[in-house]
Amino acid sequence: MKPLSTETFDQNAIAALQDKQLNGALRNLANTIGEKRRIALGSVENWEELRETARSVKEETLKNLDRYLSDFADNAVKAGAHVHWAQDAAEANDIVLKLVKERGATEVVKAKSMVTEEIHLNSALEKEGVEPIETDLGEWIIQLAKETPSHIVVPAIHKTKQQIADLFVEKVGIEPTDDVDVLTKTARDILRSRFAAASIGISGANFAVAETGTILLLENEGNIRLTTSLPKTHIAVVGIEKVIPKLSDLDVFLKLLPRSGTGQKLTTYQSLITGTKRGEFAEGPEELHIVLLDNGRSGMLAHPVTRQSLACIRCGACLNVCPVYQQVGGHAYGSVYPGPIGAVITPQLQGIEKSKQLPFASSLCGACREVCPVKIDIPELLLHLRVKITAESEHPKRLEKLAFKIQSRVWSSEKLYQFGNKIARIFQRFSAFAPPIRAWKKSREVPVIAPKSFREMWNDKVVKKRDQD
Amino acid sequence: MKVSLFITCLVDQLCPNVGLATVKVLEKAGCEVAFDSRQTCCGQPAFNTGYRDEARQFAKRFIAIFEESDAAAIVSPSGSCVAMVKHFPDLFSDDENWRKRADAIAGKTHELSSFLVNVLQTVELGAALDSKLTFHDACHGLRDLGIRSEPRQLLENVEQAEFIELKNADACCGFGGTFSVKYPEISTAILEQKVSAIEESGADFVVSCDASCLMQISGMLERRGSTVKTKHLAEILAEDRTTR
Repeated sequence: MKPLSTETFDQNAIAALQDKQLNGALRNLANTIGEKRRIALGSVENWEELRETARSVKEETLKNLDRYLSDFADNAVKAGAHVHWAQDAAEANDIVLKLVKERGATEVVKAKSMVTEEIHLNSALEKEGVEPIETDLGEWIIQLAKETPSHIVVPAIHKTKQQIADLFVEKVGIEPTDDVDVLTKTARDILRSRFAAASIGISGANFAVAETGTILLLENEGNIRLTTSLPKTHIAVVGIEKVIPKLSDLDVFLKLLPRSGTGQKLTTYQSLITGTKRGEFAEGPEELHIVLLDNGRSGMLAHPVTRQSLACIRCGACLNVCPVYQQVGGHAYGSVYPGPIGAVITPQLQGIEKSKQLPFASSLCGACREVCPVKIDIPELLLHLRVKITAESEHPKRLEKLAFKIQSRVWSSEKLYQFGNKIARIFQRFSAFAPPIRAWKKSREVPVIAPKSFREMWNDKVVKKRDQD
Repeated sequence: MKVSLFITCLVDQLCPNVGLATVKVLEKAGCEVAFDSRQTCCGQPAFNTGYRDEARQFAKRFIAIFEESDAAAIVSPSGSCVAMVKHFPDLFSDDENWRKRADAIAGKTHELSSFLVNVLQTVELGAALDSKLTFHDACHGLRDLGIRSEPRQLLENVEQAEFIELKNADACCGFGGTFSVKYPEISTAILEQKVSAIEESGADFVVSCDASCLMQISGMLERRGSTVKTKHLAEILAEDRTTR
């Protein structure tokens, strides 16, 4: 399946709405993860306090990001890691490819990582004859299907159990089954042998601790533990916003992230990786390479409104509660990061010209802001980007621009406002030709302009009262 | 208490009865109601669509008009329009004078249910209606203004009425201003969930504190030929015990 484009969000969305299987899969998401999250939140008393703390840690880090990044790099090197700096996706891919080629590897095992999706590492590897093997079950499924993740945390959420079973029959030749245990075991058996053979493991990271040079990875399947410890070489691609100052800061983030992401008190595995293995009999890789990636992030630092985009810990909670995401799913966004957070970071990462629909793909209901564990004001960011788009981009809606200009002029006079109201009252039966009304009335009755406005009724009342007096 | 009515352009032109009901409810609560007919729009559509200059023009005009009033409070039957007024100070981050004026106006502007319950501290308005009622939380009232219990307290005090909590009452109805016509298919899909929940609730009336949500919801209820009707909270509270 060819990935969709952000530029055709409207058409992608219409197609998605007609996909019954997708609708069913998405309904499950909202009901299951949403409910689990609510229950998991009940197990901490000071949720609001935790959110405040996490946000202030992120704010402090982002304000002094240069210092914390260099601390992280210094301490990671001290612990035995190699640190690389990548300005953009191409640089990051080049660094990884060079490392892979120098080691003569023809295949790599991969942990689930959104940042490697962002830089399209898999296709960069494939182009050079290196086979990337996704080892997270969801990622492996979509790799088999030649698709892209449709969710930050649950990449194959758009697929039903039946679709996955059919895929396994087609691609790995199992007997038809709808037994989830059989499907999981099939994946595990295949992946175990790939792990055993791989000499390089590639991962992302959830956090990078400046104080110690440690990276932290959270997961439930154990595949990340294997990816980062079994092969001789571990390469971690890490966005520069992942850094936090101290190890003790993890306390708050470990309470927030699993609860927000999967509705768990804690994920099954937490791998804290500081440098390489020490001593002959210790476990872990012999080499650790950390690639710190900017790719447009530092551009968000300049403005306090956009800076908060970098506080995101990629929990996906905003996707799960978003009424738009719940209807159209992740692929419609045509971007690596979908949903509310995708609608704000995609235009900042790839430029607004290509993704100018996304900030408008929201009813501004604010559910995303309510669940965000780091209190990102996503509606504020959406509005900020809408202003940028209407002002700077080649906005195709000249009529809209004109309409708002006229409205602001005409409605700054009571007389003109009333005149307009009367005209609209007379001509409303012809309004079906106006594009916004046409869009509205496909599914909804069009409201009727009242024969008498409130102000007319009020004036009548005032006049009547005066006559009585 | 003297209150100045911020009626909103939507109520003024599309559902003036909600305006009349608001006046009646405020008077029942012992307020003296004033209405300055120079008011037009708060600028929310322009603001939400990314037209800040136009929104700023509306804000300045709004502030200047309402500053002239000697009323202690500005009250409106719309959570989203009140939320817009609360956004006014953000429009003037570079203009100390206007920001102060915006702050002052924002500080005295209240959504109707919140004004009744939190300012006037009343939930008993002598309303009665022999009907089953359910309630839809309008997003901006709920999440920008933090209004959740107020309308429910008011509805629970309506005599003879049975209050039924709506499934996913706090889920968006899909309106979202220009979103509803920019992405009509998505807006409709979201609305379908809302309308189905409303029909399943068994209520006679779905009540809300925002005329815009009610316009969206009634648009589909009517299209479906549903027996459930929409009512603004003010219309329910205006139903007198004596006149039924």
